[in-house]
Amino acid sequence: MREIRNSVFFFLALALVTGVAYPAAVTVLSQLIFPEQANGSLIYGGAGAPVGSSLIGQPFSNARYFWPRPSATADFPYNALASGGSNLGPTNKELLGQVAARRETLRGYGIQGIVPADLVMASASGLDPHISPEAALLQVPRISGERKLSEKKVRSLVLKHIEDSQLGFLGAPRVNVLKLNLALDSGENRD
Amino acid sequence: MHANIIFDISQILALLIGVTLLVRPLGGYMKRVYQGEGVFLGPVLGPLEGALYRMSGVRKDEEMDWKHYAGAMLTFNLVTMALMFAILMLQGSLPLNPQKFPGFSWDLALNTAVSFTTNTNWQNYSGESAASYFTQVMALMVHQFLSAATGMAIVIAFVRGLARRTAETLGNFWVDMTRGVLYILLPIAFVAALVLVSQGVIQNFSPYKSVPLIQPTSYERPKLDANSNPIKNADGKPVTETVALQEQTLPMGPVASLEAIKELGTNGGGFFNANSAHPYENPTPLSNFLELLLILMIPAALTNTFGRMAGETRQGWAVYTAMLLLFVIAVGALYWAEYSGNPLVQKLGVGGYSMEGKEVRFGLGGSALFSASTTATSCGAVNTMHDSLTPLGGMVPMVLILLGEVVFGGVGSGLYTMLAFVIIAVFAAGLMIGRTPEYLGKKIEVTEMWMSVITVLTAGAVILALVAIALITPAAVRSMANPGPHGLSEVLYAFASQANNNGSAFAGLNGNTLFYNLTGSLAMLLGRFAPAVSVLAMAGSLAGKKYVPPSVGTLPTDQLPFIFWLVAVVLIVGALTFFPALALGPIVEHMIMQGGV
Repeated sequence: MREIRNSVFFFLALALVTGVAYPAAVTVLSQLIFPEQANGSLIYGGAGAPVGSSLIGQPFSNARYFWPRPSATADFPYNALASGGSNLGPTNKELLGQVAARRETLRGYGIQGIVPADLVMASASGLDPHISPEAALLQVPRISGERKLSEKKVRSLVLKHIEDSQLGFLGAPRVNVLKLNLALDSGENRD
Repeated sequence: MHANIIFDISQILALLIGVTLLVRPLGGYMKRVYQGEGVFLGPVLGPLEGALYRMSGVRKDEEMDWKHYAGAMLTFNLVTMALMFAILMLQGSLPLNPQKFPGFSWDLALNTAVSFTTNTNWQNYSGESAASYFTQVMALMVHQFLSAATGMAIVIAFVRGLARRTAETLGNFWVDMTRGVLYILLPIAFVAALVLVSQGVIQNFSPYKSVPLIQPTSYERPKLDANSNPIKNADGKPVTETVALQEQTLPMGPVASLEAIKELGTNGGGFFNANSAHPYENPTPLSNFLELLLILMIPAALTNTFGRMAGETRQGWAVYTAMLLLFVIAVGALYWAEYSGNPLVQKLGVGGYSMEGKEVRFGLGGSALFSASTTATSCGAVNTMHDSLTPLGGMVPMVLILLGEVVFGGVGSGLYTMLAFVIIAVFAAGLMIGRTPEYLGKKIEVTEMWMSVITVLTAGAVILALVAIALITPAAVRSMANPGPHGLSEVLYAFASQANNNGSAFAGLNGNTLFYNLTGSLAMLLGRFAPAVSVLAMAGSLAGKKYVPPSVGTLPTDQLPFIFWLVAVVLIVGALTFFPALALGPIVEHMIMQGGV
């Protein structure tokens, strides 16, 4: 009996410490020191309203925009309320069929040869904001054709948006698709 | 995507060095915490600790024998499990629920309550679309502290059993649990949470935010009738309708505070469905590296705490070395399998390693390290979808779990399971070379062998029995997402993960069914508490023994031959138990993949 009373007491007491005081203190300090990150790393448009988060990818499909990674989130791609991957196994015919179809779409836009895997295989979160620099550069001719811009300008815009490994060796070089597309729209590409 | 091998090897080495450097200071700190010595946080948290004991009437110096200790531990876990079950069922009427999520179904609430109390964090729900902020914080996160502190208390009681001579008691459960939370888990999690926010992990209590899409789009969805059944056309195909998609809804929440303890307590239950693959849980390669450190630091450092408390630090380093060896083998195998990629995809004109279920920012090194670390320990957080790993790449996490999570392992549970293996190894070696089985001056006798065998084999027996039952239950087979040997891998992984309290998944399997919710709860309960009670019983037996000074007949357990022997015993026990099941799952699938479907 005594241990049942102790169990309830220690649960309630430690829940106050770890479930109330701790998250409250972390929230207050983060909001003071890192308000931008704590609130979702939002990107604000010209009118001051948020247009997206630099950490969450968006479902660009128009040929005028750089395409992000395929997304397997439920209902529709880049559904931020249903993060997750396809969970298709490596020998699953459905996976191989999807990859072949995406490869065909790229061929339709004149992309020949070997393509980088990130452009035809779905991410783990379904919200991956990045693609590899190779995957971005491969799309330069399409963008330049659709937007009537010189390839050189589009390419230099991509190169400007490559984020490097952290501390020199952590992680892979990458390009944030939403930021790159916002730059395209904003006219940063013009002279 | 091509892997940068130099960077990836650097990252692996940096992690191994980082963890190893933490072993001694953190191990020493934890020893002082559990021996009730002064620590630098004493002046800050001491008054709070004292108040808790005064209000509850727990006396700091009141020691418990093993039965009392186990009884308090079990009572605490059952009571908190029941309270959490209630919170999950009543979620709809509790505060901090801006998205108005309803309560869980009873079987899902049971599975989730068992899961978080047993340090498993298997999740048959998806956080962003089912759990309110109140649930995330008060039910899930609080248990991430309590279950971790419980595991640590058990191993500390066991180490006292090894270290004490002709003693009857093992310490006080309430004191060990409280000190573990206040002096170890809370301060580290607090600092880590702030660093994670600096990288972009969110921390707020706002409602979800909607942003307009830069490029609005549309999607097809099945048309539903008034009873929300899909409408079918004359050919029996579902009718679809086109829906315009103008905006994206971004989930919010107090993620960083949960993220830190989720990794530190080797819990693994994420705020979001995608877990540590979600950019709001793990936004950068640096946050990924920090999370890796958090996962490994306490299980690794506990080996040193053990060595110090047993009075022979070399014994702690010997166990650490055995763990490290197994870890390096696992990371190497996983990295190699993924680096080699999927030939079926490469044939379609796709370059580099397979990116299905991986995120760009982590690179192959950050993904492979995470998959290995999360299953070597009992963490179970993922930044890569294990279901989509190559067959042999996916077998590595499965094997790490099946070995009983002794490669660092869960906080507390990893070390006590490994010490059970040490006792079996000492006994087996003693039989072979005709020496008396002794460990740390304690004779290994019938009780110790029984309890060690229960500790080591419970999970295996539970896994194989439940997989067999699942495979002859049609409803369970229908939950598989992938056909053929991969489907078997999904079911094997599910029960392995739950019985060993890991919590990661081959997530294609639909686990939120009555069958998996109930069988999973059973696996988690047996896998957690059968070893926990056996270990405490063994501790009680060991504590009462006399100290036998080492003689020429004693097998030295702190030298390389014994370390290799320990690694071999772990691998042999695992292989004998699971080889047939692995051969029918991942190994067959590897052959299919190499041969072409």
